[in-house]
Amino acid sequence: MSAETQSSAPKFRIGQLIYDTRYRAKTIQVIAGFIILSSIWWLGANIAGNLSALGKDFNLAFLSNPAGYDINQKLIEYDSKMSHGRAALVGIMNTLLVSVLGCIAATFIGVFVGVLRLSDNWVINRLAAVYVEAFRSVPLLLWIVFIFAILSEALPQPRDFRGEDATASMQLFDSVAITARGAYVPRVAFTNSISGNEVVAVKDGIVEVASGGADWALIFAALLMGSTTAYWLKRRADRMQSQTGQRPLTLPLQIMVVVVPTALILWFLGATMVQPYLKGFNFAEGTFIRKSLLALWLALSLYTGAFIAEIVRGGIMSVDNGQREAALALGLRPDKVMRLIILPQAMRVIIPPLISNYLSLAKNSSLALAVGYMDVRATLGGITINQTGRELEAMLLLGLFYLVLSLLIASVINFYDRSKQIQER
Amino acid sequence: MTQTKTTKYLLAAAAPLAVMATGAAAATLDEVREAGKLKCGIHEGLAGFAAPNAEGQWEGLDVDICRAVAAAVFGDSEAVEYIPVTGSTRFTALASGEIDMLARTTTWTFSRDTDLKNEFVGINFYDGQGFMVPTALGVTSALELDGTTVCVNTGTTTELNLADYFSANGMSYEPVPIETGAEAQQQFLSGSCDVFTGDSSGLAANRATFPNPDDYVVLPEIVSKEPLGPAVRHGDSEWEDIVRWSLNALITAEELGVTSANAEALASEPQANAEINRLLGTEGDLGAMIGVEADWAKTIIMSVGNYSEVFERHVGVNTPIGLERGVNALWTQGGLLYSPPFR
Repeated sequence: MSAETQSSAPKFRIGQLIYDTRYRAKTIQVIAGFIILSSIWWLGANIAGNLSALGKDFNLAFLSNPAGYDINQKLIEYDSKMSHGRAALVGIMNTLLVSVLGCIAATFIGVFVGVLRLSDNWVINRLAAVYVEAFRSVPLLLWIVFIFAILSEALPQPRDFRGEDATASMQLFDSVAITARGAYVPRVAFTNSISGNEVVAVKDGIVEVASGGADWALIFAALLMGSTTAYWLKRRADRMQSQTGQRPLTLPLQIMVVVVPTALILWFLGATMVQPYLKGFNFAEGTFIRKSLLALWLALSLYTGAFIAEIVRGGIMSVDNGQREAALALGLRPDKVMRLIILPQAMRVIIPPLISNYLSLAKNSSLALAVGYMDVRATLGGITINQTGRELEAMLLLGLFYLVLSLLIASVINFYDRSKQIQER
Repeated sequence: MTQTKTTKYLLAAAAPLAVMATGAAAATLDEVREAGKLKCGIHEGLAGFAAPNAEGQWEGLDVDICRAVAAAVFGDSEAVEYIPVTGSTRFTALASGEIDMLARTTTWTFSRDTDLKNEFVGINFYDGQGFMVPTALGVTSALELDGTTVCVNTGTTTELNLADYFSANGMSYEPVPIETGAEAQQQFLSGSCDVFTGDSSGLAANRATFPNPDDYVVLPEIVSKEPLGPAVRHGDSEWEDIVRWSLNALITAEELGVTSANAEALASEPQANAEINRLLGTEGDLGAMIGVEADWAKTIIMSVGNYSEVFERHVGVNTPIGLERGVNALWTQGGLLYSPPFR
């Protein structure tokens, strides 16, 4: 009996699942997996049960119903008779617009202030520090509402521009009107437009103009061709310099290949500036940059800029001081030291945390509703939910959109990051 | 190992979600009784309908509907927890059970009744959408508003009527969507929009609170029907009955001439008019049919008053808002208010 037991392999005991390191990891994984699956199942059943108790179903058909509401800022064609899906798309475009503008502005502000923060000049680096602390320490929503309120109260109304005793006047040779409703700036339009008569503006008998996608595509093509040629010229100059030590004069050529074709096309299309002017209750024509966009853009950029400034400062400080000293010893000017030696090395430290700041800027843009900016949170996640009562569906779609947006931003910057890392061979 | 770590995070993330999803249906009356107070969703601040007074107590036409229901259920019109909801959060709040009933200048529409799964119990104010402009704008008709900037509360029927009205009349406008009433007022007063649109009673109420009310005028056009009424969740008919008949009790009391002053006397002994007796609980037992005390309607009238008293107290001609009864008069006086009989 006892001999038999000894000869066979030790029996598996249930306790081994916990005490034996060979099995423990698997046990924990199985239990955790079971708990997760059952909580997902429970959540799903709970949602389904509550929906049916309310007499609701899960249905995305509402997206094709007419929306019925108007949106003030639309980058694509939209009116109130179009669908909720279209309204959501208009909102998405607005979210993307303010996110992209915000990321660009925040980067400029951040790099600029981050460098100033390291300045030897006491006043400058203290000023930069005050900016950073002020914006980092106050909630973003307050900044958005605060900037919006300042724009509302401090700037003149369109009616103040009217009449003999106007209390306000337009800036920059009567071309820009900054009002409490937003800024009206001139836009470019074409008298010989090739894309038909999309927008026609008449002011006191001035010639009719139009602008459309085809015109801009033509100009863009000319610019693209010009810059490709300019890049090729630079490569050629580099090659000749490395071969002969002589660098041919390229800058005037480069400018010429970019400017001349573009100017020719502009002349051919008959490009003119269309200035805003007072008409009825508001300014008409020109491009209208709404106060809600301005306030949101400013607040997002200044807020995120403060964080980026700290990241940039950290990045620069991570570059060994010997690099700077060596560059100065070689006789490089301080601006070149920063631009050619320090920043490129600092970038490797800066980019990864930069991504998360871009992501939070894009997500923070959903605070837009506070100032009535019609982003996707305000259209799909606001008015559409309210008119259709499809909270669950709309919120899931909204979550999906922000997820995709974040993954996209992250993957683009990660790609850039990889290209900047030290190439090891 | 990394896998188990991930699962731990996932679990931590899922836990609060699970707690959030709780049941919303079932017997609202029992829940209200258990809580000891009525959770009533009201406007976050609209003079005459729901606004805090100098003592910080909510008062207004809609607030009195909440008080009437609390009086019917608890015999105490103060047993109410007021929960201010915005135009865009109100239906979600009702559907999720955050509030037991909604009395927030809410327009009864087909899709809100059916698709949004609300039940409107009646109409406590007949309203219509209007436009308010500064007198300085020199506009006398809504048809002259082409090219204006219009402030509109988001998440309202107003928003949809606005789009319909301007496109039907071939006019263009620039909507400025605004979440709360206070913010809309600030934007309008600072001149960020030329026009403020909303229910005409609400415009009158807003105008009354402006520093210089005479500088603003409500245009004569009424561009929509806005029957405002209290709403409850779909699927609880017992609760719906209580709220409906609390509202009807206010209207019937006015029709029968029962006021907060004479209700006590009228209830002390059976009257010649049997409907007064049924209303005040001295004949038959209507209260038991909806699961409340026999003198429920008497309690409502004693503590809140009849519809006329409510109207005159909050929005009538003697208040700063100064609204005439108009279509909100009883059907016997040329208005639209009409309650089914108490029988």
